[in-house]
Amino acid sequence: MKTTTDISITEQVEAADSLSSQLKAGFIANLVVAASVAAYGSVLGLIAAKKGLSWVELLVMNLSVFAGSAQFVMVDMWLPPLPIAEITLAVLVINMRYLLVGASLEPLFAEKTLKEKMVFIHLVADENWAMTMARFRRKELTTVWFLLGGGICVQGAWCAGTMAGHRLGTVISNPEQFGLDFAFVAVFTALVFSFWRGRQDLWPWIVTALLAFIAEKLIPGKWYILVGGIGGALLTAIMPVSHQQKSQGEKNNG
Amino acid sequence: MVDSAMIYAVIAAAAVATYSLRLGGLLLAGRLPKTGKFRRFMDALPGTILLSLIVPAAFAAGFWGWIATACTALCSLRTGNIFASMVIGVTIVAVSRYFGT
Repeated sequence: MKTTTDISITEQVEAADSLSSQLKAGFIANLVVAASVAAYGSVLGLIAAKKGLSWVELLVMNLSVFAGSAQFVMVDMWLPPLPIAEITLAVLVINMRYLLVGASLEPLFAEKTLKEKMVFIHLVADENWAMTMARFRRKELTTVWFLLGGGICVQGAWCAGTMAGHRLGTVISNPEQFGLDFAFVAVFTALVFSFWRGRQDLWPWIVTALLAFIAEKLIPGKWYILVGGIGGALLTAIMPVSHQQKSQGEKNNG
Repeated sequence: MVDSAMIYAVIAAAAVATYSLRLGGLLLAGRLPKTGKFRRFMDALPGTILLSLIVPAAFAAGFWGWIATACTALCSLRTGNIFASMVIGVTIVAVSRYFGT
């Protein structure tokens, strides 16, 4: 017969085991995208070096802001005297999607305390979030440690890539020649089609693409991400449910 | 030279803004409905946001960028292998640029 202490110790061992295995699984699952994160990180490093940012400043930015496209825009706007209000506003707009990204992670954090939420949410990037959500959708065991493992992997690659780019700033004068600037498009294309749920997504995705394309032409800045994303998702929401159930049926009770 | 304090102020402001959005979304989500239209909206968001993120960049990448994007998408749909899909896309773009097209 087990005492309560035995049970709690067993539970703790199991929890620790699941913790490290999830951390490891998350890290490994993200290694594939980390390669491309490092690749376009190196492009950011090159530009930052040319703009006069020191490697320490860039590293601090990597660790504290940790948002690829926003950092590109920050470095792009990096001209003395630094326009702090404009840069902050630009970062807010580009990263507005993290509001939605954070909200979409709520099921994963269902039983977590505020403190845990505050700690784990920082290392959420597009890549490890997408990996985590894709796995979560397949109903495999996925915890916040999987998310964190991925976050550590992606941030490690991001720092390594940007630092390498910063150091090699003078050696690689033309990163476009190697298609490195396209790595960003390629990795997100590969990621987005892992979210394809079947025919029900066809019209919302067509509308999303059209809205994003038109918005990018008409509205300055990065608003197109929100216009396209929200527009397409709204269409999904207002489409008749029966139509969605025909082709899907199993995923709507998450 | 840019003042060092100013540099870190800019970075800190960007960091606070980004972190607030991440945490704000997570905390707000707890108060949002779990079923119905809003839920379907939230479930569709990951795909549509990522799609919006790439569409203008893919358009801007020119003819070979289009081909590369299509091949990347097809490979991802068929194999589910993100790294292989990405390598295919980057290789097509790099090769096309090497030959100056």
